[in-house]
Amino acid sequence: MNAALQDTAGTAMKLEGVSKHFGAVKALDNVSFELRKGEFLTMLGPSGSGKTTSLRAIAGFIQPTAGRLLIDGRDMTAVPPQKRNIGMMFQDYALFPHMTVLENVGYPLETRGIRRAEREKLSMEMLEIVGLASCAKRYPKQMSGGQQQRVALARALVFRPDIVLLDEPMAALDKKLRGQMQIEIMHITRQVGATVVSVTHDQEEALVMSDRVAIFKDGRLEQIGTPHQLYLQPRSEFVADFIGEANLLRGSVRQADDWILVEGDGWKANLSKDDPRCAALVGANKACVVLRPERIHAVPVGSETQNVGEGVIEDKIYLGVEYRLVVRMNDGGKINLRSRDVASIAGMKAGDRIGMAWAPDDIVIIGA
Amino acid sequence: MDKLRRVFFWLMIGLTAMFLLLPTLIIVPMSFTTTSTLEFPPVGFTLEWYGKVIGAPDWQQALINSLVVAFAAATLATVIGTMAALALHAHRFPGKMLVTVLLLSPMVTPVIVLAVGMYMVFSGWGLIATRLGLVLAHTVLAIPFVVVSVLASARMVNPSLAPASLGLGASRWFTFRRVTLPMIMPGVLSGAVFAFITSWDEVVIALFLADAQTRTVPIMIWNQVRTNLDPATAAVAAILIVLSAMGVLLSYKIREARS
Repeated sequence: MNAALQDTAGTAMKLEGVSKHFGAVKALDNVSFELRKGEFLTMLGPSGSGKTTSLRAIAGFIQPTAGRLLIDGRDMTAVPPQKRNIGMMFQDYALFPHMTVLENVGYPLETRGIRRAEREKLSMEMLEIVGLASCAKRYPKQMSGGQQQRVALARALVFRPDIVLLDEPMAALDKKLRGQMQIEIMHITRQVGATVVSVTHDQEEALVMSDRVAIFKDGRLEQIGTPHQLYLQPRSEFVADFIGEANLLRGSVRQADDWILVEGDGWKANLSKDDPRCAALVGANKACVVLRPERIHAVPVGSETQNVGEGVIEDKIYLGVEYRLVVRMNDGGKINLRSRDVASIAGMKAGDRIGMAWAPDDIVIIGA
Repeated sequence: MDKLRRVFFWLMIGLTAMFLLLPTLIIVPMSFTTTSTLEFPPVGFTLEWYGKVIGAPDWQQALINSLVVAFAAATLATVIGTMAALALHAHRFPGKMLVTVLLLSPMVTPVIVLAVGMYMVFSGWGLIATRLGLVLAHTVLAIPFVVVSVLASARMVNPSLAPASLGLGASRWFTFRRVTLPMIMPGVLSGAVFAFITSWDEVVIALFLADAQTRTVPIMIWNQVRTNLDPATAAVAAILIVLSAMGVLLSYKIREARS
């Protein structure tokens, strides 16, 4: 645990054992995490994983069955949404069609009793930040999807809320705009120093925008960490598979005095016993090894190293900058391999046997 | 061929328009007749009957009664109907189906049945021959029109607007005033117009509940038709036609100006 996490002054929000049951369905099951001030956190997961339920609980639209929600150290679990000082950008933006852009952005100031002149000044400042100052007098209908999104973002930010919630922010945009708006939203929220919680099922979006990502599965928080941590140290198969591409190899564990070996039919992975990753393996006899496709190298068949495997090439696909190989292992399982070593792969063809090697540092161990 | 089709097209439109309008419009020329009974074609031209109607105290009283009752009933029905429609639209609650059926039932119940029932109940409450009794009866009759029209409008409104408003710090009342009501306004206005008209031309219930002091314009016409069918009745009808047409035109203009 680092100092920043323990520093309570830097904590914007805290979920403590939050659960939400709909009848027998556990939409949220004992979820706890902290949000730091100024942080951009994305809740990532497939549909029905509990990420949207979490967002709605934070916003106050649903009441948790159990657990507490603290915002800025105060218990907000039972406080209605209009008293939470949270800015939310809805999936469909929910702009008020009968108000101009300026009135839309000024709305949260209006509800807080701020007078018109002040309201318009603050709204214009925010519209300038999102680059729409020239559209202030227009109506939402007269604007493109990307512009509407920026209006919705300005409206969620203008009153300097404690937390800004983004519900599937890219869902209503076409693919081309998404990449651009991801960067833009990230810049804008950083510029105003907002603390953001976003929800998405798109892992790329999560990786691009977030300081940290919380991965949800079946109503539970599976793992939370920086994109880097999640990629390098996934704690479960689910996380390994959800963040980036992952090859999963199941093997048995052999323990010696100074090393641990995980091996299967035609492959082995070797770790020194003082490696922290081995902690999970002490006493175990089965383990799951995760190998990223770009971390596997093609080597001659029969190479004598401690971290090797071999199999039969099933597909070879040329993608310009790299080759992608699908390799069938002896036990019938398939693994993917990506390589930019075009020279050594060009001569191989489907049906050939291939040797593969990886560095000990690139091995990810998941307890089986 | 094309020409034939066009002729047929306009012929159908003309016939339909005549079928719809002629019974209404035929009364207008008849109001100018110089004879003392209703006659078509009218004989000569006079505004005498208009003067008679406008100057007659019983017609004036009836007009005031009609306007007061219709305004009050339309206002009440619009307020109650709008609240009911919003509740039915936004919430699920036990007995919702029953409430819906009860609210809409005056639209399908034969008016004569309602009238007899109200007569019985209202006489126990001392509401017979009072404007208040008429207002309440017409309100019941008009509520379904408001409910149907507001429900239709509410269904067109993006359901995340109200939560968005709450999330941005608005109270429920502020949300209603600033977001929900403006969004459903077309439905509320047309519901109000329907409510007004429902009361304005209602005869059956008024026959049971009104007396000589509280009778409305339709009752006056009804009495005239039954006793002495003079052209003054036609004059009243012509005035009502012009007023109604202006009302419809006005509501169109309002709608045009809003969009």
